[in-house]
Amino acid sequence: MRIIDGKPTTRLKQWITGLALAGTGMLWLVCFLAGPLAAIGALAFAQRGDYGELIWQFTTDNFWRMLGYTSFGWTPDHLWIIARSIILAGVTTVLCLLLGFPLAFWVAARSPSWRTLLLALVMLPTCVNLVIRTYAWQLILGANAPPSWIAAWCGFIDPGGSLYPSSGAVYLGMISAMLPFAALPLYTSVERLDWSLVEAARDLYAGRWATFRHGILPQVMPGLVAATILTAIPSLGMFVVSDLLGGAKYMLIGNLIQQQFGAASDWPFGAMLGLSLIIATLASLAVLIRWGQQEGAR
Amino acid sequence: MRPLPRTVSVTALSCLALLYVPLVAVAVLSFNKTRLGTAWGGFTTGWYERLLSNTTVLTAAKNSLIVACVSTLVATVIGTLLAIGLRRLPLGRRGRLLGEMATTLPTVTPDVLLAAALVVSYGLFRTVSSVFDPGLVTLIIGHITFQISFVAVVVGSRLAAIGTDQIEAARDLYASTGLLWRRVLLPQLAPGIVAGGLLAFTLSLDDFVVSFFVSGPSSTTLPILIYASVKRGVTPEIHALSTLIVAATMLTILGIALLDRRNPRSSRP
Repeated sequence: MRIIDGKPTTRLKQWITGLALAGTGMLWLVCFLAGPLAAIGALAFAQRGDYGELIWQFTTDNFWRMLGYTSFGWTPDHLWIIARSIILAGVTTVLCLLLGFPLAFWVAARSPSWRTLLLALVMLPTCVNLVIRTYAWQLILGANAPPSWIAAWCGFIDPGGSLYPSSGAVYLGMISAMLPFAALPLYTSVERLDWSLVEAARDLYAGRWATFRHGILPQVMPGLVAATILTAIPSLGMFVVSDLLGGAKYMLIGNLIQQQFGAASDWPFGAMLGLSLIIATLASLAVLIRWGQQEGAR
Repeated sequence: MRPLPRTVSVTALSCLALLYVPLVAVAVLSFNKTRLGTAWGGFTTGWYERLLSNTTVLTAAKNSLIVACVSTLVATVIGTLLAIGLRRLPLGRRGRLLGEMATTLPTVTPDVLLAAALVVSYGLFRTVSSVFDPGLVTLIIGHITFQISFVAVVVGSRLAAIGTDQIEAARDLYASTGLLWRRVLLPQLAPGIVAGGLLAFTLSLDDFVVSFFVSGPSSTTLPILIYASVKRGVTPEIHALSTLIVAATMLTILGIALLDRRNPRSSRP
């Protein structure tokens, strides 16, 4: 006999009331999320028939196909797509951190009421649909807009050409999509910064870099890790930005997965790609969290 | 705080420009007379007028609202019960952690995977019932799936914040279970439930990836309509539609913020 919430109860009764309440939600998540994700894990090693039907027979073909081996020999296409996705996620994250730090310091230097307003201003665009924010870049980078004129005048592109589709356009779109998610955690760290440590570093004749490295960086480490997680993980699975700004040739793993579950109707291969994405996501999450713990312990 | 170097201010202002220039560009072009391209041809509000008589747009708007309302209602109820039920289960420390991780997992799963999982589950369930053919129902089920977790996380944190003191006091005063829920538990949870519901509603209206995977030709929502138009070649009408959506989004957020400020007791999850 135990007393929970002021009412005598037994373990069995607790299980019954708990499951009665949470059961629907749990069942829902099992049916539409956990179960299918497990099915994706299994599908990755299944075969696809000639008409897109599933054949539940163990094979590692999908894995080798992902690495580029086809019946016609080896091509680097898929490896390129995977490498491009990882590089894009990495570079986007670094650029967002580099831009996010000045933004965080700038907001933190205002008076409290201004801070709230500016922070809201930074976060507000994330509430606007990503499709809209992304296609807007098509208009800005299109042939009839000033950025393309300037680029053409400098000789970067042909006169009358446009700056999109290109990988530069994808990076621009990615940064403007992800920057707020990097800036917010950085800001929460910067706001609580103990400036006396920075003063101390100055007094000890630390240069600009040394002051940042030893006076500021250790203090903002939790924010830096959170910012990296919030930027890198969504970037890995992104497909809207590359789809709209990169053109048909600029494929990411997200686009490839979408194709397999959409038009190509090749679930086993899509499942293998999805499984790889899950593993990559979890691995980078584990590395980042451990990194944060180590830096925090210093 | 010491004054900042000028480079910091310049970078910060450029960042804000990076975030707002796209939105302003769309808004400006929605008043442009030129039908094709971005060259300025004069001011007009004609695209907004045409929007009101465009049945495709109106249908998509209706679909978006139906999906958002139905899925939010269902997900708020299921998610709240999930959060309450999870705390009732006699789990150990590890079990509780596992349960919490399982509820938060969908909030960090990449959208593409969430959508792929739904496609797979619909494919399997379709052999049982034709309800799972692409349409409004699959769209609603898909949105509920990711909304449940967000609601459960928000309500769960509120649940942890209110503690059990008042519930125990109510029990000591011989409150029945029904009375306890109506007069003690739910009123205390209300801010969390409302916040979770609002979050779920905006997530549903905003969702593109999941909808793109599971919707059918008859269940186009606004984000999908915009995406399809962009692929075909965008018209100023779409700029007008997007501008309206941006304005509505910002006004909603502003409204929530003002409500939040007026209510000093509100606690953010």
